[in-house]
Parts: sequence; C-alpha cells; structure tokens
Amino acid sequence: MSFFPHLLLAVLEGAVAAATLALTALGLSLVFGVMRVVNVAHGEFYMLGAMVAWWLSQLVPAHPLLGFLLALIGAPLAVGAVAFATERLVLRRIGYDPEATIVATIGLMFLIQQLALSVFGADAKPVNAPFTYRIVFPWFGYSGYKLFVVAASAVLLLCVWWVMSRTRFGLIMRVTQFDRETATAFGIPVGRVYSAVFVAGAAIVAIAAVLLVPIQQAHYLMGLDPLLMSFIVVIIGGLGSLKGSVIAALAIGLLGGIVSVFFSPTFAAIIATLLVAFILVIRPQGFFGAPAR
Amino acid sequence: MTDKLILPKKKGLNRRTVLKTMGMAGSAMAAPGFVRYAQAASSSPIKIGFQVHRTGIGAAYGHWYERVTTAAAALINEQGGIGGRPIEIVAEDDGTDPGRGAQVVEKFATQYQVDVAFGTLFSHVVMGSAPRAGELKLPYYVVSEGYHVASGKLNRYTFQPGITDVKSQVISLAPWISKNLGKKVTMIYPDFAFGYDHRDYFSAAIKGQGGEVVQLIPIPPTESSFTRYFPQIPAGTEVIYHVMVGPAVLTFVKELGEYFGSQHPALFGFIDSLEAVDFKSPGLEFLDGSYLWEAYPRFAGASPKPHDTFYRQKVGVDAYGASTSDPADISTFSHMFGCWETLYVIKAAMEAAGYQGAADKGKLIEATEAMTKLAEGNEHPQGEKLFNGKIHQSFGHQNITRIKSGVADVVYRTSIEEGLYEPEADYTKMAL
Repeated sequence: MSFFPHLLLAVLEGAVAAATLALTALGLSLVFGVMRVVNVAHGEFYMLGAMVAWWLSQLVPAHPLLGFLLALIGAPLAVGAVAFATERLVLRRIGYDPEATIVATIGLMFLIQQLALSVFGADAKPVNAPFTYRIVFPWFGYSGYKLFVVAASAVLLLCVWWVMSRTRFGLIMRVTQFDRETATAFGIPVGRVYSAVFVAGAAIVAIAAVLLVPIQQAHYLMGLDPLLMSFIVVIIGGLGSLKGSVIAALAIGLLGGIVSVFFSPTFAAIIATLLVAFILVIRPQGFFGAPAR
Repeated sequence: MTDKLILPKKKGLNRRTVLKTMGMAGSAMAAPGFVRYAQAASSSPIKIGFQVHRTGIGAAYGHWYERVTTAAAALINEQGGIGGRPIEIVAEDDGTDPGRGAQVVEKFATQYQVDVAFGTLFSHVVMGSAPRAGELKLPYYVVSEGYHVASGKLNRYTFQPGITDVKSQVISLAPWISKNLGKKVTMIYPDFAFGYDHRDYFSAAIKGQGGEVVQLIPIPPTESSFTRYFPQIPAGTEVIYHVMVGPAVLTFVKELGEYFGSQHPALFGFIDSLEAVDFKSPGLEFLDGSYLWEAYPRFAGASPKPHDTFYRQKVGVDAYGASTSDPADISTFSHMFGCWETLYVIKAAMEAAGYQGAADKGKLIEATEAMTKLAEGNEHPQGEKLFNGKIHQSFGHQNITRIKSGVADVVYRTSIEEGLYEPEADYTKMAL
C-alpha cells in the first residue's frame, strides 16, 4: 500500500481510538475531578454497560437498531443504579478517603467481574451494530459504524461540556470541585452532588460501552484495557481537568492509531506508557491540571 | 492415689461407627449402577483430572470441552466404566493461564490424587503444566494440537492421542493450498507458541511446494482491534492464511471483511478463527467461497456416517454444529472431539495395562505407547488415527471445506500419510 492510503487508514484508526479513549476516560475524569475519588471499578462499569447492551439486543435479535436504542436507555440506567448503590453503601461509608476508596473499588472490580462471569458466562458476546455500512475507498474498505462512533462521541463530549459550563448543576459541580468546605458553607448539598456525579460518571461510561460494543463484543474481562487507558489519559491530561482529558485522549488516540498502523500496536502502547512516565516527571499535575492547593 | 490407669481410647468398633458404616454401605448398594461394577477387583472410581479453560481467553473452547467430556464420561460409565470401575471427572479451571495450569496439575496429583490428568488445550498452558506433570509422574493427556508433545520437548508422561498436531496438519494442507489457491502467502497468526508452530511448519511446508510466505503478521491473542494490522498485507499476496484464537475472533473476521469487501486474495483460514462463531453472523458474508481447515467438519453433510450422528446426539449438537438446546450456541467442533477420543484412549490403555491404581502408572504409560491404530467408529468419530508411541502423538485425516451460504462443505480430505513427518524424538527411551 502506498503512503497516502496508509496514512488515511492510520488517521481513521486514530480517530476511532481517540473517540474510544475520550468516551471511556470522560466518566473517570469527571468522578476524579469533582470527588477526588479514584474509581478502579470504572472499567467494570464499562463492561456492565456492554453486557446490558448485549442482553437487551438479544431480546430483539431481528432489530439491531431497536436493540441499540433500548440499550442506549437501559444500560446507563442499570449501570447508574449499580453506581448509586456503590456510592451510598461503600464510598460514603468510608468517607471518600482516597486510599480506602482505591482498595474498596479494587474489591468491587473483582466482585463485578466474577458476578458477570457467573451470570453471563465466559464467552465473548457479539452485538450487532444498529446499521452496517461499508465505506469503500479505492484501496480498502472501512466500517461506517466506526465513523458514527467518532461522531457520537463528539456529540456526547459537547453535551457534557454544555452541562458543566452552561447549567446550574454544572456550576454546583464546579464549585464542589473547587472547594468542598466552602460549598458546604454556602448550603450546597455536597453529599447529593457526589452521588449525582458518581452516577453520571458510570452512566457516561455505560453509554460509551453501548456505542463501542458492536465493534468489540461483550466479554467479562473487557474492562481492564479501558481502565488502564483511561488512567493514562486522565494522568496526562491533568487530574480533574475534563478539557485536559479530552485533549489527551485525542493526542494519544491519534498518535497511537498512527503508530499502530505504521509500526505495531504494541509499540504504540509502549509509547503511551512512556509518555505518562515522562509527564509525571516534568509536569506531575498533567498538562491542564492545577497544582495541589 | 487411685489405681485407675489412663488407657488410650479403644480402637475397636463402637455402636456409632458400625451403624454409620452399615448405613453408608447400604446406601452405596442402593445407588443406581452399583451392581454393574461389583465384579471389579476394586469398585472405587478411577479419577480423571480435567484441566479446563473455564475462564480466560480459552473459555469458549473450555465450555465445549467440558460438555464433550461430561457426555463421554457418562457414556463410558453406562458401558461399564474402565475395567469394570466407574470413572469420575474432577474438573478444575486453569483460567487459560500457564502458571495456574501448573498449580492445577499439582492439585490433581496431591490433593485429589487423580489417576491421570487430561484435557488441556491452549499450548502455552500445556507448556506451563506438562513439566510439573512429569515431575509428579502424573500421566497427562493433552488435547491441544501444538507440536510441543511430538517435538520431544516435554516428557514421558505427556501424551496427545486424541488430536493431530499442527505440524502434521499444515504439512498435509500445504500441497493443496499451493496447487489450488496460490503460492504467495501472507500468514496472520496468534503471537504465542501455537501460532509459532503454524509460522514455522507452514513456512517450511509451502517452501517445499515451491511457494513462499511473503509476510508474517503475528497478533497478540488478547488483541481486540485488528484493522490496523491489515495494511501489512503486501499487494502481491495470493493467499491470506489466517489462524486466530481468543474471545475476539469474530471481530477479527468482521474487520477483515470490512477491510477487503468482496475483492480479496484467496482466503484460507484455520477454523480456529471461526470456532464458536456462526458463519452466518452479519458481516461475514465476504467469507462465502473461502476455504477452511477443519479437523472435524462442523456441518454433517448430506450423508453423515452413523458414528458421526451418534457422537452429535450424545454431545447434544445438531447437524450444523450448534447446540441442540440453543442454536445460537455454536460449538468448537473441530477441537472438542479430541476430549471424547482421548477418554477412549485412556480407557483402552488402562484396560490393556490391567490398571488397578497409582502403582500401575508405569504400565499405563507403556500401554499407551504401545498403541498404534485407532479405528474409526463411535469411540473415534473424527476418523481413524495412527498413533506414534515414540513421540506420543496421533495422526489423523484433515479436511478442507468451502463456505457457501453459511455452511462449509468438505472439498478435500487428506490421507493420514500426507501428514506424516520424520519423528524427532523418542520418549520411550526416557526413564519412567
């Protein structure tokens, strides 16, 4: 294959990788930003979303579009409910203490994984895309649905940005993030804000799962990769900065996609990890993170 | 001072133990199937440790290996067990992980004290577990396909009697591929031991036919996205030879289809790329007209042999290789028969050795090594096999099938001779 088609494929792959990263990291970044809580079970919320999507889609096997729409509503609700229970029964009880939260969510990660294994089984479960359209370039074909995922993730990102910067709820979240104690003093119900943010983070990653599962298949171990990559994105972008996370996702996704196509995917993963180490050395708070106050 | 002596507790029978023993014996005799084994010298069951990939990347295979093993064990017990003794399958998950595999083997030997262990599939797990089985002197019958057993790298206690190894498979297929599909081959294979067997032996075999491998594309078995690997396929490729494993195989073939559409080089795939996957899945239409290797064709064909029908019925699989209870549950048909056939090999070897217990393990090894021919029939439904006791490996027929409208029909069945190679080892010279 000559250079231009090669580059085109690399950019397409990079765009899909960037969208995937942005979608999966968004919820983690939000939760960390507002609550200062590292949710290690984030990848499992993603997996749960994919499993629910599979379960709903196989109820209506003849209509992939209907299954997709059902999942788009059902998965965030179901995963949000699990997140709500987690927040009330676990995180609140341990007072959002950073170390305890990490340990608790690691436990939760294994719990959800094993539950999914015993309920859904260990097989990978295919979910049909809501539509199949193959874009034909002169040199190769590409999945139209993958490009739809890129567009959908851009829309989702815009929605989150709008909520954060243009709504009253966004203002409350930003205030809580900025200074929890002052927010409490001004009568903001911080406990309820925390619940809402944690549930929103889980619901967003569940939507990401519904979008991505047709190009991946649902599997009980599928949460590990997005978890690692989300951490990388959040660290590079700057802890607590949504803008940073999105920019980092775009940079790492595009770079990774291009390196994967021209060299090898393993090499791309090595570069991403090295980048994290490098940034932690020269700019510990990440590109857009504010230094600890 | 009292003159009462403190005596150890009496070891004799008391009322309670007598009643307990009688009750246990009574219920054992009342249990169904008791009479059948009564004539055996010892009626305690023969324990067979079953190392199964219930979780991890081999789970789709493990699920079906377990189903076939359960069916075969039930049938063997119905037929009177082994030498009049019932068999008991002790299944343990190894997570498709070499480290855990070795632990499972150890548990079989020390905790469960099984007579033999069997059933491992993924080659890296076999590589991790077999040395421990050798050290513990536990007869270990794998159902893995890898060349590792025949290579002589393992030990006297490890056998592969139920399924042909990769080296033999690819040697028997290479002439057909070069004659019918093309001589310039790009190989896509999993980046671990099993894939390396394909890489090494197919490359050599196609060279022997005047062809060449123009590009090697190894893919990690845990990969979930594949399009980025396809630009490595060179323009002059005549045949894409693909063999993938792991939970993402469906994604792999789908993306291959998206990439190429209907304009692609000839496709020759090992069924591994499509095991447990429905050929009729959306996005796989491009596979129409492409060729597959199948050890045991998933589709029974127009006139199945009686033992094929018998085997499918006992396992609960229909003529299309899907579960009779759930047509969406596609089996790993070209691999799982190995569990069935291996259990019958264990039965035959134990009976030939007059196996009574752990003391006869040496005799069992020698009896297995002494086997030569496994006849086609209910016990070996995939077909007849030649067993080479020196390298502990079976050699059988292979099938090339062609997909048409979602069903793959046999176009060529190799002879056993086409897959034979010069043995590189002799396990029988190793100490027991």
